[in-house]
Amino acid sequence: MSTRIFGSGIKRREDPRLITGEARYTDDIKLQGALHMAVVRSPYAHARIVSIDSSAAAGLPGVRAIFTGSDIDLAGLPTAWLIPDSDLKTPEHPALASDVVRYVGDGVAIVLADSRYQAQDAADAVMVDYEELPVVVDPHEAAQAGAPQLHADVEGNIAFRWVMGDREAADAVFAAADVVVSERILQQRLLPTAMEPRAASAQYNAATGELTLWCTSQNPHIHRFIVSAVTGLPENKVRVIAPEVGGGFGSKIPCYPDEALVSWAAMKLGVPIRWAETRSENYLTTIHGRDHVQFVDMAASNDGKILGVRATVYAGMGAYLSTAAPGIPTILHGLLYVGPYTIDNVFCESIGVMTNATPTDAYRGAGRPEATFLLERMMDKVAGALDMDPVALRRQNLIPPFADGYEVATTLIYDSGDYEAAFDKALAMAGYDDFRAQQAQALQEGRYLGIGVTAYTEMCGLGPSQVAGAVGFQGGLWESATVRVTPTGKVQALIGASPHGQGSETTLAQIISSELGFPVDDIEVIHGDTTETPMGWGTYGSRTTPVTGAALAQASRKLKEKARVLAAHLMEANPDDIEYADGSFSVKGSPDQAQSIQDVTLMAHLAWNMPEGMDPGFEESQFYDPPNFVYPFGTHIAIVEVDPVTGSIDLQRYIAVDDCGPQINPEIVAGQIHGGVVQGVAQALCEGVIYDDNGQLLTGTMLDYCMPKADMFPNFELGETVTPSPHHPVGVKGVGETGTIASTPTVYNAVLDALSPLGVAQIDMPLTAAKVWQAIQNANGGN
Amino acid sequence: MWPQQFDYQRADSVESALAAIGDNGKFIAGGHSLLPAMKLRLSTPDQLVDISRIDALRGITNGNGNLSIGGAATHAEIAASAAVGAACPALAQACGMVGDQAVRNFGTLGGNIAHADPASDPPTALVACGATIHIQGVDGSRSVSAQDFFVDLFETDLQDGELITSISLPDCSDCQCAYVKLPHPASRYAIVGVAVCLKMDGDTCAQADVAVGGATVKAVKCAGAAAALVGSSLDDAALSAAAAALSDDIGDWLTGDVAYPEAYRSAMAGVFLKRAISAASG
Ligand SMILES: Cc1cc2nc3c(=O)[nH]c(=O)nc-3n(C[C@H](O)[C@H](O)[C@H](O)COP(=O)(O)OP(=O)(O)OC[C@H]3O[C@@H](n4cnc5c(N)ncnc54)[C@H](O)[C@@H]3O)c2cc1C
Repeated sequence: MSTRIFGSGIKRREDPRLITGEARYTDDIKLQGALHMAVVRSPYAHARIVSIDSSAAAGLPGVRAIFTGSDIDLAGLPTAWLIPDSDLKTPEHPALASDVVRYVGDGVAIVLADSRYQAQDAADAVMVDYEELPVVVDPHEAAQAGAPQLHADVEGNIAFRWVMGDREAADAVFAAADVVVSERILQQRLLPTAMEPRAASAQYNAATGELTLWCTSQNPHIHRFIVSAVTGLPENKVRVIAPEVGGGFGSKIPCYPDEALVSWAAMKLGVPIRWAETRSENYLTTIHGRDHVQFVDMAASNDGKILGVRATVYAGMGAYLSTAAPGIPTILHGLLYVGPYTIDNVFCESIGVMTNATPTDAYRGAGRPEATFLLERMMDKVAGALDMDPVALRRQNLIPPFADGYEVATTLIYDSGDYEAAFDKALAMAGYDDFRAQQAQALQEGRYLGIGVTAYTEMCGLGPSQVAGAVGFQGGLWESATVRVTPTGKVQALIGASPHGQGSETTLAQIISSELGFPVDDIEVIHGDTTETPMGWGTYGSRTTPVTGAALAQASRKLKEKARVLAAHLMEANPDDIEYADGSFSVKGSPDQAQSIQDVTLMAHLAWNMPEGMDPGFEESQFYDPPNFVYPFGTHIAIVEVDPVTGSIDLQRYIAVDDCGPQINPEIVAGQIHGGVVQGVAQALCEGVIYDDNGQLLTGTMLDYCMPKADMFPNFELGETVTPSPHHPVGVKGVGETGTIASTPTVYNAVLDALSPLGVAQIDMPLTAAKVWQAIQNANGGN
Repeated sequence: MWPQQFDYQRADSVESALAAIGDNGKFIAGGHSLLPAMKLRLSTPDQLVDISRIDALRGITNGNGNLSIGGAATHAEIAASAAVGAACPALAQACGMVGDQAVRNFGTLGGNIAHADPASDPPTALVACGATIHIQGVDGSRSVSAQDFFVDLFETDLQDGELITSISLPDCSDCQCAYVKLPHPASRYAIVGVAVCLKMDGDTCAQADVAVGGATVKAVKCAGAAAALVGSSLDDAALSAAAAALSDDIGDWLTGDVAYPEAYRSAMAGVFLKRAISAASG
């Protein structure tokens, strides 16, 4: 049992409460006497606040208080990823704007009322007089001379200029190369769209000075840290609880004005305050993802050796620098520029640009999809320029297999990889060679089929704290966990990370069960409360299984060792003669004499008969700081057919071979890949924020913003290879973001492959039917 | 998503509904267009009168060559109705393509046409198939052709306080009709919807009616395209002529947005005209 639970696709233990509606989310928590907060938000993308008249609103039924920016004495919201050597500016981000609003949705006042309806009525009745200012939403335009300026202390709207590599060395390689291909790539803005919008409720006890904040957080310990800094309350007086959290995709990492405001109002008014955003508010004010304008070059020799990658990236930051924003288009992006290939020269200049748009921050994959896309797009372009098969080109440049460390040109040391094995497996599953024949045949019949092949590796399981410090992340990246076993042998695993849909309560229990022998159903994984759980930096960057999982494995091993010594003592045997199997300790040679893990646990609690020097109890804690990142990898392949008459795209097959080391629970791995692929394909085909020139969000509801739908997808064909991470206690790598990272270029390249006989070489994402159709018209005049 | 305060009452007859509506009241049927507008505070009625349980508005009958559909019949009922399927398959198809099953179970034909969203499906079929809208107000009842009922973007001939009691259509079991659409990938409303109703005399098209929606601010009857089809054998040349004429028919009414501009929608109207004809004759 104990050895087989690892690797078994048991059902997710969190699902019964989720699918029966019994889960309790932030907004399900009713607080006696609570007032409801509504935020008055700017309808303009850039304007000076001339005056605010709340007198009419204040007289409406149920209204208890209205506050504007000048009433609020909170510190500004901090930016917590201060990337070094980049001339970083961090403009003030007040919880409420009192002078200038900088994006549609920027808060200017809050209303506290007895009901949510009354709060909204009053918010609508607050009269704000604005003087409109010029607007810029495109990050490339915003960086040009003469563009409207957002912040007096951010000259030219440039918040940072981060450079990786040596520009002159890279330029020399490009100048000497046989072939250079170039492209302007648009990584459009995306809306993270977690199923549960954000919510926050706060309660303050004036007698104890304690603030409790319930909020939709992926990292309650980081929220405690920031809320303490913003409110001025000491950290031990702030308790942050992330109850059930309905997805995040990165959007629930940052600390937002709304969380600070409910905290402040609860302290100010002495009553609990509740707030939950509507979906429209979610689309306006919860962070967006991506938003790059990239100018990319790739150099190669005539025989297909990739010589270099060079990119200038204009990364839209939106109106303020969100919590982790500067790290996304820099550290999490440029360092991925070689992917799984032997590329010796890389150069990236990433320019963070302020725009009159919603702040951006980490969105599933965060920087790495934007890197993988540009690499894979340029690989296909090089193949085109050299008239080479894109598969042959990739194969020729893959890094050879390595089991323990491989340093690449971006200075990362990949942990382990066997890229060609995954590549071959995916190609075999797809029937690549046959497909090329079918494609040619179809073209004869006027049908346009295309294939896209992506080889990828990515850096996740964030990460060594020393590296975090070196790259300016204002925190550590270790995790801690406590494995606490009750006298009757039931396990509570307390973790600092904060899963919110990933199935970690199941996978982490499987790790403990496989290490210690307790049945998985006897193990509860507890998370999301800064008072109940030990410190941790949160759930993002595909890190909970690699980092928290390692902490739990090591804490379990400490317990197992204690159990072995105690079992030996109880059986009056030498500890060296104790054998362990399936949750049972026995003496070598006399298998009938045995102590189960539950027997030993009970005796540890009773402490009637302990070995000399052993403390009672059965509980261990472990801090785990990973020695390196983990680097999952794989190959994804898509086959599409394009209807040239309408521009519609039919995704016919999707093959994904991923290697995340040994799979703890293959069903959960498959679920992560399915979800990630769907999100990544949606970026290629249909999702994309559209602002008009005035900074109004035209895709403000799901009527216009295209969420992926099940009928857009074929059944996914999944495969795996297993290459353990050499530095991880159970060898596992992260798998939460691989699908998103690999799938966007895969489908994009497949569509462009299908369109190449029509002379179409480039289309900005998303590849909507209208854009595909227009590109075909432009390429061949509609013939 | 917090509507302004309103009162709600359920009417049990057309008369009581008309009497209850008041100055700033609204009828609510499925609520699938009205409630979203209220939640966004784009619509702020102080009174909702629920007409969805009035028996007189619910049925579907076919008699004397005339199909009659109650104003509060749901899209699901219409899509599944054998009577509609026989007399006007284009309408059954259009109602079957509205949203998803949950939307079709709530949304009603009367509510759909009263709302007159330009991207709606059923209006296009109603205009092509020569439907008549039957309306009742406190001062009596009247009827108007579907073609005249739809006036402009979200604008109809319906006056405040009037109720759509039923929609009638000539039984066209002897014609070939179909509705096809290019759905918007986000909303699944029509980017373009085309309905055709053809009477064939052997291989020759004796009569044709064509309407376009989605691409236009309202469902538009397309006489030029129809004329290009009549007298032809629906051969490629006729289809191309009809598609060309169609772009003139809809030219004045064409609409678009950043994602799906007018030029695309206009071109797709021609493409989907051909697809509608092929579906109708198939
Ligand atoms: C998710 C979603 C997807 C959708 N997709 C589509 C689609 O693909 N295609 C499509 O065509 N539609 C679509 N719809 C709209 C759907 O068809 C609506 O149900 C319909 O437009 C309105 O019908 P209702 O009965 O819900 O009307 P309500 O929302 O109840 O009312 C709408 C308006 O009509 C008035 N009204 C209602 N009944 C009458 C009556 N008998 N007489 C006079 N006035 C009346 C109301 O006062 C109100 O002003 C979608 C809706 C949703 C929510």
